[in-house]
Amino acid sequence: MRLLLITVLTLLIATGVGVGATWMTTTRGTEFGTLTIGAWTARPKTGTADIDPYARATITRNGELPIGTGDGVAFTATTDDKKKPLDGRCDIVVSGVTPAARFWTLTLYDRKGHLVANTLQRYGFTSQEIVRGADGSFEIRVASRSRSGNWLPTGGIERYALMLRLYDTPVGVATRTQRDAPMPSITTVGCPS
Amino acid sequence: MIRLLFTVLVGVLLGGVVHLVSVLALPRISTQDAYSRLTPMTKLNGVTPLPLADPGNSLMPFMDPAFAVAICRYDLSDGPLKLTVPVSQAYTSVSFYTRNEIAYYAINDRSAGRRVIELDLMTEAQHEDLPEDEEITAADRLIIDSPTTTGLIVLKALAAEPGLMPQAQTSVAAASCSVQTEPPAKAEKPRGKR
Repeated sequence: MRLLLITVLTLLIATGVGVGATWMTTTRGTEFGTLTIGAWTARPKTGTADIDPYARATITRNGELPIGTGDGVAFTATTDDKKKPLDGRCDIVVSGVTPAARFWTLTLYDRKGHLVANTLQRYGFTSQEIVRGADGSFEIRVASRSRSGNWLPTGGIERYALMLRLYDTPVGVATRTQRDAPMPSITTVGCPS
Repeated sequence: MIRLLFTVLVGVLLGGVVHLVSVLALPRISTQDAYSRLTPMTKLNGVTPLPLADPGNSLMPFMDPAFAVAICRYDLSDGPLKLTVPVSQAYTSVSFYTRNEIAYYAINDRSAGRRVIELDLMTEAQHEDLPEDEEITAADRLIIDSPTTTGLIVLKALAAEPGLMPQAQTSVAAASCSVQTEPPAKAEKPRGKR
């Protein structure tokens, strides 16, 4: 009786730990092969045949198709530069320059990767349609209420993610630092109190 | 007390095994992966344009709404596949995925360097079966080896502004992907080898 109890307990712990760890790593992601620049992270290896098993498990679980390395690279941000989670009720400014690329797109998603409905049907910007300053830098206002200039609506959702995709770019597996890939800054400028 | 500690220890160790096995098995057992999601709505060995990404369409997460996308779901068991993609105004790319969504190859219009991206997709065995002299004439056509017999090809064209989306959609819809029953290079040059 005692032996049975112990066996059952062991198996229960094993299942809990095992499935729990798998669930954690496939939903939150792992640190393997990540490239972090400011608030942005990319995993250039997910677009190659060298993809690690955790990233594979994550993309099949979520039903994604990762961007291939010959196509481009995707950077995701879920917080601002000060590690504060991106809040759709606040005003957030994405500004600066982007790494060398033929085109880039910036898109806003909810935490599950769906686009967020808004009356403008504006889900992101491409490098061609953005309004820039004289020096080529840009400033995007991410906010729930309409703003002048490059306004990206959040629909007022509490948590969102920004994805900056660079197409036809030298940024990739060999990129290490901000110097190779100058990413735009993300700043929370104000929240309704 | 010691026995309980032992139980917990063995449980955690076994849990590690369960974790590793489940991570490695997930790509094979998943029914919600991109290939499974696309299977009911795409043609086999043909080009199917996908609906535009919008909040109501949750076909796949993290789709780029600036792109017109078409899918060619392939099965090479009947022979190699010929893929032709016209290049759109802004940016066009072709990405290849195995049955389990490994991105094994991707090319864009600039690296292809032409107005039309032309590729032959085959398994490694089919590539080895190619007659040698054909390999030489093949220098100007790109041959891609697929690690799996089935998989996905994703054709994408960028609409740099929302107004350019119809053009991008027309461009990917004009792509073709089909099984070549008789290799055309052989038919043109009947040199009688095999």
